[in-house]
Amino acid sequence: MTDPNTVQLTEDGRLKHFLTTEGLSRELLTEILDTADSFISTQERAVKTVPLLRGKTVVNLFFENSTRTRSTFELAAKRLSADILNLDIARSATSKGETLMDTLWNLEAMYSDMFVVRHSDSGAAHFIAEQVTPNVAIINAGDGRHAHPTQAMLDMLTIRRHKGDIEGKIVAIVGDILHSRVARSQIHALRTLGAAEVRVIGPGTLLPSDIESMGAVPYYDMRAGLADCDVVIMLRLQKERMQNALLPSEGEFFKLYGLTKEKLAFAKPDAIVMHPGPINRGVEIESAVADGDQSVILNQVSYGIAVRMAVMAMAMSGQQTPVNSEEPA
Amino acid sequence: MNLPDIEQITQDLAEQVTELMNERQLDDPLLVGIRTGGVWVAERLNDTLKCTDDVASLDISFYRDDFTRHGLHPKVQGSELPDSIEDRHIILIDDVIMSGRTIRAAMNELFDYGRPASITLVCLLDIGRRELPIQPDLCGATLALNDGQLVKLTGPRPLVLTLA
Repeated sequence: MTDPNTVQLTEDGRLKHFLTTEGLSRELLTEILDTADSFISTQERAVKTVPLLRGKTVVNLFFENSTRTRSTFELAAKRLSADILNLDIARSATSKGETLMDTLWNLEAMYSDMFVVRHSDSGAAHFIAEQVTPNVAIINAGDGRHAHPTQAMLDMLTIRRHKGDIEGKIVAIVGDILHSRVARSQIHALRTLGAAEVRVIGPGTLLPSDIESMGAVPYYDMRAGLADCDVVIMLRLQKERMQNALLPSEGEFFKLYGLTKEKLAFAKPDAIVMHPGPINRGVEIESAVADGDQSVILNQVSYGIAVRMAVMAMAMSGQQTPVNSEEPA
Repeated sequence: MNLPDIEQITQDLAEQVTELMNERQLDDPLLVGIRTGGVWVAERLNDTLKCTDDVASLDISFYRDDFTRHGLHPKVQGSELPDSIEDRHIILIDDVIMSGRTIRAAMNELFDYGRPASITLVCLLDIGRRELPIQPDLCGATLALNDGQLVKLTGPRPLVLTLA
């Protein structure tokens, strides 16, 4: 596969697709966060929409089920004044035997301007970005185990808004790191944005063997891993993993790696608790923590819309000719 | 060409705005500067006007009509307005008026925040070349530039005008 950055960036380094956080510069990640910050303020108004993508057509192309991600992308597109089409591909054309490329060509023939893609295969969004006609932007809404860049960026925005900065912070990601596209995208973004230390906490069977080469420090003991952390990110435990004998039982997992008040006390007193959702209460996080003062889980959902608005606007922008807005108007 | 003394015209403009406020009975107006230069000018005018509210700032990046041609401005800073502009007298301030498109975008954005009682447009410099039927209520100076010539304001303190 070609270098994702030759696919997702324009020649002058602007975003034209958003496929992965890996390899993106600190300046570009910061620009996404700054733009998202501006969209938070527009959403606090009585009129929440801005006319930026008026007349553009965005297609939500979800080959894998998701409620939250799809609906926040839908709201983001609507708040940018774009028209949005939701396609539940899992239950439509492909099940009738149409190939992925035939589906895409048909959607292109409807003059779509942007595809938001979720797929169970790693690299699916990248593949589509290489195949689509010019001027169509691709946003990766999660591909296999590979990347979920908008989730990672909304997490970065959450940390920045609640802790002031990412620079110098100690961040722990807890749970099934091995199968988590969210964790991968988070680690790349955290490293680029200057986190002091990125820790991954989980059982050996759920930590990738090459985790240290990604710049994260593995911990098998949760209390040791949480010591002095500024940010604790819990991942959802996918129950199907239990069947693959990677885990003994839900109860056992909760005992070792579930976030409780008692374990959270090992982190800094002002540490924040995050979770990409949906949360499994009593499996990876207890209700007292999920609903507690340190939890910013619902803020993440609000920021998710702003971040998705930012990357959609920026990618659509990157499909246009270069910016020259120095002149007064 | 000789560029006007910006400090002097800013002073004069502040006096003209005061007169216009009295004339039109614009009680307790809200000064709204268009980022970035318009905010600097608004701050300077407020040194004299001393309005109750802080100067508000409007970032029109999400409202520009040239998005499909030029894309998103890379440095969006966001708008900072009070919670409500409903029934307020707004004095909208920009540094340079040319085509009028910025002002159209700014007014569209303002109306997404509420329904102001009135909007008065104040620009430091008018360099002509209008493309829309929008004219400032007050303007510090009018400049006749050569084809292709533009001016650039740097600030915030001091305000300096250069040819670009």
